[in-house]
Amino acid sequence: MIKFTVEDQEGNRQEVEAPADMGLSLMEVLKASEYPILATCGGMALCATCHVEILEGKDGLGDATDVELDQLENLPEYFPTSRLACQIRIGDILEGAVVKLRGEDVM
Amino acid sequence: MNTNMIHTDLCIIGAGPVGLFAVFEAGLLKMRCHLIDALPQIGGQLSEIYPQKPIYDIPGYPEIKAQDLIDNLMEQAKPFQPTFTLGERVDHLDKQPDGSYIVTTSDKTHVHCKVVIIAGGLGCFEPRKPVLNNLEEFEGKGISYMVKNPETFRDKNVVIAGGGDSALDWTIFLAKVAKRVTLVHRNETFRGAPDSASKVFDLANKGKIDLILSANLKEVNGNGKLEKVILEDKNKQDVSIDADYLIPLFGLSPKLGPIADWGLSIDKNAIEVDTRDYSTGVERIYAIGDINTYPGKLKLILCGFHEAAIMMHSAFKYVYPDQKLSFKYTTVNGVNAF
Repeated sequence: MIKFTVEDQEGNRQEVEAPADMGLSLMEVLKASEYPILATCGGMALCATCHVEILEGKDGLGDATDVELDQLENLPEYFPTSRLACQIRIGDILEGAVVKLRGEDVM
Repeated sequence: MNTNMIHTDLCIIGAGPVGLFAVFEAGLLKMRCHLIDALPQIGGQLSEIYPQKPIYDIPGYPEIKAQDLIDNLMEQAKPFQPTFTLGERVDHLDKQPDGSYIVTTSDKTHVHCKVVIIAGGLGCFEPRKPVLNNLEEFEGKGISYMVKNPETFRDKNVVIAGGGDSALDWTIFLAKVAKRVTLVHRNETFRGAPDSASKVFDLANKGKIDLILSANLKEVNGNGKLEKVILEDKNKQDVSIDADYLIPLFGLSPKLGPIADWGLSIDKNAIEVDTRDYSTGVERIYAIGDINTYPGKLKLILCGFHEAAIMMHSAFKYVYPDQKLSFKYTTVNGVNAF
């Protein structure tokens, strides 16, 4: 199990624990933790509704893929720390990371 | 009653895979359907987001591309002559004294029906909006998020913002129509189709459009209607552009929208239904596919198909109150077109 911190749209931070060896994506873990993430496309990097910022711990994650950048760069707001949560595999590398939710409100 | 009213047995909100299959199931029971979708084409998220992606869990198809599935579903529904209102969002459901409903869209299309079926997936796809302070003040007064009628922009100063395919395509198209097109993009390069990107660079080199790269929208100004768009360029300097229109093209994002205001029981952006017939708590309104929720719900296309079949047998009593429904197989009876 690894632990990382999630900051929601209101700025509240909470620690989240997730298994590092089940091949889950960050998007799946956030959804399972009941964070309001749409993930319309189900994890294909096609909708950008799971947009997050990796505030701490980004370096170990590697670069965003072309498909991911296609989505991110098209958003009205996009930051150097932006990633799509569906494209990040949960692994030891995320231990201690800080993730800020950026996906739009659902309503 | 409004003479422009569309009359149908069932009004299906959402023309995605489940809405389309619902037409087939309704047709077997001799019920006619009119479908409404906020997107300008049928197919829902399959056609809008991932038309070329293969799907592997449609029974009978080891693999099928999303758009091919939509095309097949449309073919299957065709004998039952569904009618469509596309590019309009359903805003209101009004119950009539006889229990029927009048469904009204954002463009004031009215549909009179005996039953409403919500097959709205994740809600309606709405344009992503840039984060600007007084954006709403100019919506419909110079700011529009889609190009419905290009003639609107004839001989006008138009600013397009965005770097995807639609921003590139509309820049190329409107360059021939508008007085001046300015394309604003936050990066130095485009990730859209390379062919379109090179056309845009070519137009800019020939002086036919203004291309402003590494810039962001900062402000919109005007007196009653849009007059100026202010950008922040790569040197953090403000650039003011005369603009009759601003078209921000940052893609679409699904929203539950007006569905939340129809008095239905909603849990986590989904409509709670009775699994005996996928009815909502409101008589004559059903919800099928990804938009509904119940214990054990799986958001799968195949589950939506199952829900459509079951729900049609329940809706039959509202369309044919004096008839008894007898269950028939297509293998025995075939498909009897309208």
